[in-house]
Amino acid sequence: MQISWLKDADAALKQAAQKQLPLLLDFNAAPM
Amino acid sequence: MAGFVTQNFIPVKIHVKEQPKTFERFSVQWTPTLLVVDPAGSERHRFEGYLPVDEFLPQLEMGLAQAAFGRSQFADAERRFQDLAARYPHSDVAPEALYWSGVSQYKATGNGAALGETSRQLTKQYPNSVWTKKASVWAG
Repeated sequence: MQISWLKDADAALKQAAQKQLPLLLDFNAAPM
Repeated sequence: MAGFVTQNFIPVKIHVKEQPKTFERFSVQWTPTLLVVDPAGSERHRFEGYLPVDEFLPQLEMGLAQAAFGRSQFADAERRFQDLAARYPHSDVAPEALYWSGVSQYKATGNGAALGETSRQLTKQYPNSVWTKKASVWAG
């Protein structure tokens, strides 16, 4: 299973509020 | 691990070159940094630096438990902290989880004996942990 990472923190926060799940924010510098 | 993340979190990846302002917004100075942020936008857990899977997963569970604690859902938080300490007894976060399980139990019940028992358990299982030192004031 692959993780579908979002890129927009504000959009993710809206989803988090709707689904009542916390955000996992991964700040990284790895090559894209 | 992907299944665990997908089931329990809204996952967001922020690249330093693409979104430097988001780094500033969350006061992130180094990579990798992972934050667990509750649905209201409050940060509940942060860990920095690479971790192997057997330390990474306990950190994610710590974030879920801290999120429950932050919502004042102390019985749920206690269960999560206890589960974490039981399932990953050799992880670096196990003594911290044990500490917070005692705090959660105390917050849920008002029973101060929970803190003393937590201190004894920490002393027995993790005599050299800083969390054992922190809990030492609870020992009766």
